[in-house]
Amino acid sequence: MNEEIKKPSFKFKLVDAFYIIMMILPLAFGLVLDALTTPPSSGVNIAGARIYHEINLGGSRFFNIIISEAQVNSILVLITIFFVFLYLTHGLKEKIELKRQHLAEIIVQKVDGLVGENMGSDFSGFPPFIIAIMALSAFSSLVSLLGLYPATSDMNVVTGWAILVFIIITYYKLKCGPLYYLNGFTKPVFILAPINFISEFATPVSMAFRHYGNVMSGGVISVLLSTFLAWLSALVLGWAGDYVASIPIFQVGLPAIFSVYFDIFSGCLQAFIFAMLTMLNISGAFDSEEYYRRKKLKEEKKKLKNINGGI
Amino acid sequence: MELAIGIILGCCALGAGIAMIAGIGPGIGEGNAVAKACEAIGRQPESKGAVTTTMIMGCAIAETTGLYALVIAILLIFVAPQQFVNVLTKAMGK
Repeated sequence: MNEEIKKPSFKFKLVDAFYIIMMILPLAFGLVLDALTTPPSSGVNIAGARIYHEINLGGSRFFNIIISEAQVNSILVLITIFFVFLYLTHGLKEKIELKRQHLAEIIVQKVDGLVGENMGSDFSGFPPFIIAIMALSAFSSLVSLLGLYPATSDMNVVTGWAILVFIIITYYKLKCGPLYYLNGFTKPVFILAPINFISEFATPVSMAFRHYGNVMSGGVISVLLSTFLAWLSALVLGWAGDYVASIPIFQVGLPAIFSVYFDIFSGCLQAFIFAMLTMLNISGAFDSEEYYRRKKLKEEKKKLKNINGGI
Repeated sequence: MELAIGIILGCCALGAGIAMIAGIGPGIGEGNAVAKACEAIGRQPESKGAVTTTMIMGCAIAETTGLYALVIAILLIFVAPQQFVNVLTKAMGK
């Protein structure tokens, strides 16, 4: 019974170390890039993502390919998440040896349970997609704790995800045939077709606006708060001379408390809500009863054909 | 010209402020939702988890109208003035 627990081999440790380094390296690269490109400024600075590089394909502004801070940060976060999950699943055994396997199993079980509860049995392939969107969204928001620009407070990034979800929704709506899909617009009354058409496109817009608005408003409020505190400390310490007044002493502490809500809680909550809405919208788009009815009809037709052909 | 640009900037700021009046709606709505959720948990404490999840989802959806207003306000403050001034200078140039 009392089996000896094998110590991990040197090679195993080496691979582990590689994964850990690759987790930290993208974020460090992002910090260095941020430090090198930040223009020296003071005071209130509320701006969108900085543009690192612009490629012009000729013609109007429409053909410009812009590489912005948000894109770079989201790809860096992507690499980090990739290696975090590689690290968690490294050395999986049937008989658990490593602590990280517990964590990996908890994550998989929770997401499987969540997807099964909200989407039903037709969507058993979806947990990897859901956890990917959740992790990407949460980590992209949490990156602001390091002082990097959170990719989710750029509308382009979030709109990209929303468009992806919209494509999946439309795919599942088209599963019952294009005619059934078009007929869905005229329900419950034919006159409502334009409104149904608009509400079809309102789904990705509202998903993108919700995520972007929440994360960005948190950032704006943080900047406003710290500016106000700097002004307040200059006002209170004004009698002690210019040098002392320029030290924003009130900025110590209070912004951190707000950051717990706006960065950590709000970021994770928005990730959860985005994933939840993705699940609900996709499972709501799929009319399983109609789909299985059509499938059955098709099979029966095929059988009839086979019998007729046989004769 | 200066007067025109001043009017543009002032009206953009006013518009942003008026747009944020929409914040009243989600405030009342979410308050109602949370109040009802508290009542539900008080009545059935064992269903706390399900009620909380549903409430947070509902709050997120009720928040949408407020966030539309916020996005419009942000656009009016940071994006619109530049666009409008560009349009004005183009028109004046002709």
